[in-house]
Amino acid sequence: MLEVAFLRSPVAHAIIRERRKPTGFESSVVFNEDMEGVSPITTRSSIPGYKVSDYPALAADRVRFVGEIVAMCLAANRAAAEDLCELVEIEYDELDPIVTCAAGRSPGVKPLHEEWADNLFLRTSLDQGIDDVIANAPVVVELELSTARQVMHPMEGKGLVAWWDHRAGQLVVQTSTQVPHLIRIGLAECLGIPQAIIRVAAPDVGGGFGYKCMLMPEEVAVAWLAYTRKGAFRWIEDRREHLTAGANARQHEYKIKAYADNRGRFLGLDAEVAIDCGAYSVWPFSACLEAAQAGGNLPGPYDLQAYRCSTFSVATNKPPFAPYRGVARPGVCFAIELTIDAIAKAVGREAWEVRLENLVAASAMPYTNITKKFYDSGDYPASLLQVKQMIGFERIRSEPRRDAKGRYLGVGFATYTEQSAHGTKVFAQWGLPLVPGFDQAHVKLTPDGALEVKAGIHTIGQGLETTLAQIAHEQTRVPLKDIRVTLGDTANTPFSTGAYASRGIVMTGGAVSVAAEIVAGRIKSIAAHLLQVRAEDVSFRDGGIFAGEASVSYEDVGRAWYMRPDQLPDAVDRGGLEATGAYKPQVDTGVFSYASHAAYVAVDAETGLVEILDYAICEDCGTMVNPMIVDGQTIGGAAQGVGTALFEESPYDDNGQPLASTLIDYLLPGPTELPRFRITHMETPSPFSAHGLKGVGEGGAIAPAGALVNAINDALTPLNAAVREIPATPERILAAIAAAKPTLGNVA
Amino acid sequence: MKPASLEYVRPRSMEEALAVLSDETANAKIFAGGQSLGPMLNLRLTRPAKLVDIRHIPELKAVRADARLCSIGATFTHAELEDGAIEDFTRGLLPYVARGIAYRAVRNRGTVGGSLAHADPAADWVSTMAAIDATIVIRGQAGERRVPAQQFLAGAFTTELGDTELLTAVELPRFSAAARWGYYKVCRKTGEFAKAIGLAIQDPKIGLFRILAGSPEGRPALLTRSAETLATRGAEHAARDAREEIEEVLPNLAPAHRQQLIAAVQRSLGQILLVEAA
Repeated sequence: MLEVAFLRSPVAHAIIRERRKPTGFESSVVFNEDMEGVSPITTRSSIPGYKVSDYPALAADRVRFVGEIVAMCLAANRAAAEDLCELVEIEYDELDPIVTCAAGRSPGVKPLHEEWADNLFLRTSLDQGIDDVIANAPVVVELELSTARQVMHPMEGKGLVAWWDHRAGQLVVQTSTQVPHLIRIGLAECLGIPQAIIRVAAPDVGGGFGYKCMLMPEEVAVAWLAYTRKGAFRWIEDRREHLTAGANARQHEYKIKAYADNRGRFLGLDAEVAIDCGAYSVWPFSACLEAAQAGGNLPGPYDLQAYRCSTFSVATNKPPFAPYRGVARPGVCFAIELTIDAIAKAVGREAWEVRLENLVAASAMPYTNITKKFYDSGDYPASLLQVKQMIGFERIRSEPRRDAKGRYLGVGFATYTEQSAHGTKVFAQWGLPLVPGFDQAHVKLTPDGALEVKAGIHTIGQGLETTLAQIAHEQTRVPLKDIRVTLGDTANTPFSTGAYASRGIVMTGGAVSVAAEIVAGRIKSIAAHLLQVRAEDVSFRDGGIFAGEASVSYEDVGRAWYMRPDQLPDAVDRGGLEATGAYKPQVDTGVFSYASHAAYVAVDAETGLVEILDYAICEDCGTMVNPMIVDGQTIGGAAQGVGTALFEESPYDDNGQPLASTLIDYLLPGPTELPRFRITHMETPSPFSAHGLKGVGEGGAIAPAGALVNAINDALTPLNAAVREIPATPERILAAIAAAKPTLGNVA
Repeated sequence: MKPASLEYVRPRSMEEALAVLSDETANAKIFAGGQSLGPMLNLRLTRPAKLVDIRHIPELKAVRADARLCSIGATFTHAELEDGAIEDFTRGLLPYVARGIAYRAVRNRGTVGGSLAHADPAADWVSTMAAIDATIVIRGQAGERRVPAQQFLAGAFTTELGDTELLTAVELPRFSAAARWGYYKVCRKTGEFAKAIGLAIQDPKIGLFRILAGSPEGRPALLTRSAETLATRGAEHAARDAREEIEEVLPNLAPAHRQQLIAAVQRSLGQILLVEAA
């Protein structure tokens, strides 16, 4: 096996004038021109006005971000492959980089992709009528907000091994992915070979968060090596590659005008959102998913009757924007939640009161909001009141605003909805090349009475092995210890578009339920025959199949079908003890989980440091299959949300150079920076999904930035300061205080 | 992120190490705990031809002490100081500082001498040794020389240490029972390099009154006038003077950063007051 190292562009924007391989290493170094017949990663969209970018696995004549691959070097080990990278000579003619949304949108800017008419992947405008509100609303609040570029940081980065299986005549790609079936489609398209000769398998993935649900140029390049050279090749992403060339996300800018009445009742919202999309569109989620989600989700859980929103998906000389846990919603939640607090301040009321007054009421469910989102069920105000009580709001308000150390204390709230498991029509409307339909799962009773569950989705740490087994158990009552779940291998699982959009438990869980129900029926009919009773007279109990006191075991049933068919009548169901089930919910619009978060913080006005004193979450993801897993998802997401709120930032300088290239410069919250998240649950089953399930994978990450910055700003109220940018670093907090007071020095 | 090829040598004595280093063409780099050098090698930010691992030289792990001065060998790890592996000459200051460095995994390998020689101005020992008025002991083939810790650091990542020399030990004054100190650093997260360090020491018995403001921007600043105030009028007045002096001696810092530095120094002085009040 040979190890691959990628030579990456050191400049943000340039024409490649010349490239030279070191003498003697001509076949160990691969340039774009060597990969004959390979197509670039191209994401088309049916949305009018969407502009396509060609993203070649190895740069052709131009590089558009620092970290873009210009050559692939092969050697016996990674160190030697990196040595080889140093010997490759590339000459660049540098071009001016576009590093900010403002620059990318400025009139006359030269588009990043020459054939484009302007520098936007997409511009959208939505106007649901707001002119009357603008003319008449008594209260107007204006905010400019921004969220930093972030990098996802699953515990394990990306990595893959690809080899040619001579016996099977098949290209085998073992890659760290959330979406093995999609990667097979993408690889076949780029390499121009049939899907049947590609097998994509993902063993333990080690976290994904969205980074691993897109086709990566490294996957195309290494798979091409294995296919053309009929050998084995490996690439393991290092943390610097991850930081500077990989998992970019989250960077938004907002201009908001919110209109309200004198009580703070929302009358209208007028917004402009710019997204720093990087240089290329990722496949299959495209460069427009973020904007679609931002524009569609900005109204949040609120009852809003007038809305106008423009979005700008700006091409910049940065790595491509990827769909990170929560996709756009951590940004829009931050934006709308700060807006609510600003309205409250303007009308002189507590923010929770204004929030409560604007939330969609339980009695209004199901509720179609202004952007046509169909909120299926739940009691949003109850979740807010619950966290208000958990955080001890009344006690906090009755106590001094400063603690014994002189720090300023504040409490903040955020409420969100999370569209989960949205399906066919929603994705078709977003114009994506991928539109999920029915998810499938395969369930089989083995000859010894165990149960095998196979699905094409993948587990990336979210515990699907456990929860899918629970659902199969629910239908068949085969003991949990005898249920084995296999996921994420195109060779032995039915098709699924994969793990993203908080869809696993709803979609694949539903499919497992359907398949297991079919198999359960067939188990019962064989058992009934063995027990000489009618099928409706048998039931699952105590790990066996009973008719009165008589019983057979699952093993008896399995043995009868597979080994002793002579015991069975001729009219036995020929489907046997296995079935493939397919499922999607009754509505394609998704099932909406929701939660309220409350944060209690202390802000040190001298150092700008924030301590999270307490954090309360009340969430509702419908029926909980496994409350421990729901807690785990919520805590993990909230931890990432704390990163968004306070720590994580991947800045670029004016030349488009990434300034955070190691974890010394990119701060992730660790255990000592995180509060003990106190969680309570509400359980409103969705009327539209199997077992009332809703997704829970992303929610935790959505609200912390809103809740924490609202808490910080509440704390800073006596100083008349407010933070409008995240992460809320000490520098930003001190700058906000300084802006509110003429001299920094007099704070203490 | 793998280092370029290099030769690894492991001298067993000071003489052997100095002999390897004396070849100026060898492009040798001293390796102790490797907690900064390791990542720099992996990132290929530094590319020595030879790595001289000094962890197996007994003299670098020696402690010598008399009533006035104490000497700590360069390859003691932060964890060893934290755990009390050597006598505490500083009335708790060194173990306290050690405990706050990075993470335990880093402290298990990182060394006091390595940290000083690497000379990241945000490192705890750089500020601490300068504040204690420690002396850095340097050996070359020509012999031994001593440099005050405050002068040892020429600037960020640059020291008085020559390419052929070895930092062998740090000499510290022995604190008296009357010594009081305060140490405060501003970090956004556990284990992060400090944004600002404040250090105050008063030991009237040995005549040591020092106040230091340390930051990632460069050499830590000794606040001599405030230290004078500490000696004559106490910590509360010194804290007042420190603000002014920081503004004076570090005029080019960003306002937010200066603010953090002032807070760190004032809080280190506050700790002295607290100890006195107790």
